Amino acid sequence: MKADGKAIKYGNNVDTDVIIPARYLNTSDPQELAAHCMEDIDKDFHQKMHTGDLIVAQANFGCGSSREHAPMAIKATGVSCVIAKTFARIFYRNAINIGLPIIECAEAADGIEDGDRVTVDFDTGVITNVTKNETYQGQPFPEFLINIINSSGLLNTL
Amino acid sequence: MSDTKMTMTQKILAHAAGLEKAAPGQLIMAKLDLVMGNDITSPVAMNAFEKAGCKSVFDKDKIALIMDHFVPNKDIKAAQQAKQCREFAARFDITNFYDVGKMGIEHALIPEAGLCAPGECIIGADSHTCTYGAVGAFSTGVGSTDMCYGMTTGKLWFKVPSALKIELKGRLPKWSAAKDIILHLIGMIGVDGALYRSLEFCGDGVAALSMEDRLCICNMAIEAGAKNGIFPVDDICRKYIAERTDRKYTEFSADEDAAYDKHIIIELDKIKPTVSFPHLPSNTKTFDEIGDIKIDQCVIGSCTNGRIEDMRAAAEILSGRQVADGVRCIVIPATQKVYLQMINEGITQALVNAGCVVSTPTCGPCLGGYMGILAENERCVSTTNRNFVGRMGHTKSEVYLASPYVAAASAVTGRLSCPQDII
Repeated sequence: MKADGKAIKYGNNVDTDVIIPARYLNTSDPQELAAHCMEDIDKDFHQKMHTGDLIVAQANFGCGSSREHAPMAIKATGVSCVIAKTFARIFYRNAINIGLPIIECAEAADGIEDGDRVTVDFDTGVITNVTKNETYQGQPFPEFLINIINSSGLLNTL
Repeated sequence: MSDTKMTMTQKILAHAAGLEKAAPGQLIMAKLDLVMGNDITSPVAMNAFEKAGCKSVFDKDKIALIMDHFVPNKDIKAAQQAKQCREFAARFDITNFYDVGKMGIEHALIPEAGLCAPGECIIGADSHTCTYGAVGAFSTGVGSTDMCYGMTTGKLWFKVPSALKIELKGRLPKWSAAKDIILHLIGMIGVDGALYRSLEFCGDGVAALSMEDRLCICNMAIEAGAKNGIFPVDDICRKYIAERTDRKYTEFSADEDAAYDKHIIIELDKIKPTVSFPHLPSNTKTFDEIGDIKIDQCVIGSCTNGRIEDMRAAAEILSGRQVADGVRCIVIPATQKVYLQMINEGITQALVNAGCVVSTPTCGPCLGGYMGILAENERCVSTTNRNFVGRMGHTKSEVYLASPYVAAASAVTGRLSCPQDII
């Protein structure tokens, strides 16, 4: 499985309140949530974003609330992968559980700039910055999590 | 052997997984004593439950569904979500379903109702589920899919965390509060200072903290990125539990020479009233660093500071004084019991006379739901737990996190103030 798209870049501590503000949590419909994704941090997100693009951020992405609506909203916008230095732990679990590809890689978070074309090979964890002709090695998932990912989410392991 | 030494959290997780030991980084499958969800996160879990074709829950007595975020229903969509929870609870005869009239803010209600006890392993589809570490339980926030998995199987996978040891020494000065301790700690280590780790509190200072204090401190462990916060079990804790449940429980304590990633000592005598400035809980200042900050609103309540001691603290400042002109002071007791206790103790009357509005329990404004949304450029001093951009309303509004003492004092002066300014 591979991701291939343009990077949309953010900083540290992108919290779940800006990913999907609580005023929209009166629904859990992915498309309704997607329409408001990132609007409190980046009003132009939907103009910039094309299906398959990647979000690249610094440390502690997804901090704050446990709302699964946050990875659901990102996934429903068509984002193919989120790369960050680190993820807040509940967001990390939620993303894996619903099948939103995420990968931790400090070098990629530093090296990739807004608008760079990036590919991610999920089998090897290799991230390629096509624009800058650089590669970075992402943190591979433990086997236990690969099983969840390969089952397309936690509930399919039941 | 040194590698067999465990933290308190590691011991509880090992026990829940039926293992002799659990080491940091180990992936385990643990049995759950309670699975909790609210009116926002449960519908997502229930949709997943239906989609996965699940037919039954693992134990109707070990699931808690608490309507608290947007109830009494704030709008039609919120009403639909609460209705979905109500119907699910009826279908599976869920024992601990708390609807309007019985509900309270989940993290105040669960300890109050005796639904968490020492040594238990608890998950909740709400990030502040880490609150119940105050009673010596392992308790952590998860998402809705994890809630569904837990509700169906009674188990969940965890990565065993390492820990930071937070040693509390001495006792708090008058007008400093438990909230100031946790804000101070988050200011020191940052919003990801405990990422993926436990915050294990210990030291002689613990004995001087009430259960309400410990619940407030553990509540905000997540704001340092922690997986859980946890306090040792002592007589104060045992008494609190005995008054609420006769369920049998097991006490665990950290090995004396357990390994910690870091050992931090906090001298409680030196803790001053502390405020987290916008837009991160770690952006803390004490009043010697705070200038003249005019405010428009105060919120006193939430899962962090909506307990009876918090209401008493607010009344201690506001009784016989007046909320400043131009300031809205919104007080929200966290549970029905606190609400009634406020009436019985004369707190409600004192606060209403002071010019506050007193609401029934709800998470409401804390997450920008309703009951106190901020307009552009408005400022609120709040006893809640997060001050991210747009958290309580307009993206250009500001939230300042503080203790009930500071919030109440600020309501009186109309600007960020510590109690010493007016007493």
